[in-house]
Amino acid sequence: MTTADVPLWAALPAALLLVCGGLLTLVGSLGLLRLDSFFARIHAPTMGGTLGAGCVLVASMLVSSALAQRLVIHELLITLFVLITAPVTTMMLMRAAIRRSRE
Amino acid sequence: MNALLPLAVNFALACFALSMLCALIRLLRGPAAQDRILALDTLYINGMLTILMLGIGLGSALYFDIALLIALFGFVGSTAMAKFLLRGEVIEP
Repeated sequence: MTTADVPLWAALPAALLLVCGGLLTLVGSLGLLRLDSFFARIHAPTMGGTLGAGCVLVASMLVSSALAQRLVIHELLITLFVLITAPVTTMMLMRAAIRRSRE
Repeated sequence: MNALLPLAVNFALACFALSMLCALIRLLRGPAAQDRILALDTLYINGMLTILMLGIGLGSALYFDIALLIALFGFVGSTAMAKFLLRGEVIEP
């Protein structure tokens, strides 16, 4: 079973989601590289972390469900985990940056 | 049969490789420590997405567990380093 065996009803939206997710992640990382200050820079990778990861995980769910001929939704674990933990890290980093810039 | 999905997988793999390159440049160049931690967090998420993409491309379910572990350890590492910047120590007595 390879990706060439995936039926068209699953391959078309999965390919669209993969292209969208890749482009969103690329734009986020380019923002991380190009923006000026740290407080502008912290916004950029969150786009790749939420929307990009969400697109890729939904596409992975589609493809594995179509390959296994049943509903496979264990990728929801990663989605939930990333959605819960990304703001925690960002908030702590932001508070550390505010404290360090004040000194 | 249809070459649409392998094409999209290769395109997304190239996008993630470029994103990891951008994050790596920011990691090496970042002026302050918090920039480097942010770049490392982005690198972790991009690596997790790359592993997932390999799982889709090869049609194997084994890569899912690796991606989950990478997400877990990335969160723990980034939080520990941010806590160290915030407080000066990771585990407070």
